Amino acid sequence: MNRFSGLPDAELVRACRADDVDAWNELVERYSRYVYAIAVRGFRLSDEDAEDVFQDVFTRIYTRLDSLRDDSALRPWIAQLTRRRCLDAVAAKREIPAEEVVSEEETSDLGDVEEAFEVRNALATLPENCQEILDRFFTRDQSYKTIAEELEIPSGTIASRIARCLVRLRETLEGRNEPQEGSRE
Amino acid sequence: MSRVFDEERLGVLLRLLRPAPMGWVRAAQELPSARLVFDQIVERAEADVAFRAALITDLEHALAAEGYEPDRRVLDEIRARIVDQ
Repeated sequence: MNRFSGLPDAELVRACRADDVDAWNELVERYSRYVYAIAVRGFRLSDEDAEDVFQDVFTRIYTRLDSLRDDSALRPWIAQLTRRRCLDAVAAKREIPAEEVVSEEETSDLGDVEEAFEVRNALATLPENCQEILDRFFTRDQSYKTIAEELEIPSGTIASRIARCLVRLRETLEGRNEPQEGSRE
Repeated sequence: MSRVFDEERLGVLLRLLRPAPMGWVRAAQELPSARLVFDQIVERAEADVAFRAALITDLEHALAAEGYEPDRRVLDEIRARIVDQ
């Protein structure tokens, strides 16, 4: 957590434009999974190509942030930059123009990435212990044993804790819980 | 708009946004300092003919001799901006 963690995108963008390094770190932190998922899951790029796309997208974000017309539209802008770079990468591999890369190159996961980002935002509004346990289990593939050891909680309670946190997450997404703090949307 | 999420679907969506490799994230976060180095080198190369010539002759050696240690991407950009012109 830093002073920019709960800030809406528009304010984060303004801080980045003012050359605030912490704001830039937060922007990268906030969108790194998103860009990575589009490249690796959405377009099934190899690690090597995905890394090129990843670095190039963040370089473009950094150098072209002034060209973003609507500061609150950061996510669609990043999505567009990433998608274009992925299409370029696919086209380069096949030695054809990017326009000829048909939309079938995009997997069904690409649509899910948008929804996943919303879920991630909702997760960020849950208590720290829920964020931690869900992230460890679902995105870091940690076992109950590892989670129990690292968080120093009884391993027999992990499954029920995950279930409870998932219910809270679901309720937040369905609008039955008011976000506590740090909501970005 | 109210949507319905079941726990299984939430698990699928959570798994979709895995952490990017730490090295990639760190490199992206270091972009401001990398851009600063790039700008310094380009500015100097434009003002200093001998430095520019040294860069064109052996980019990496010339930079190392002056204490610069830019990463591969910055090197590529300098090469494109100065050496390949």
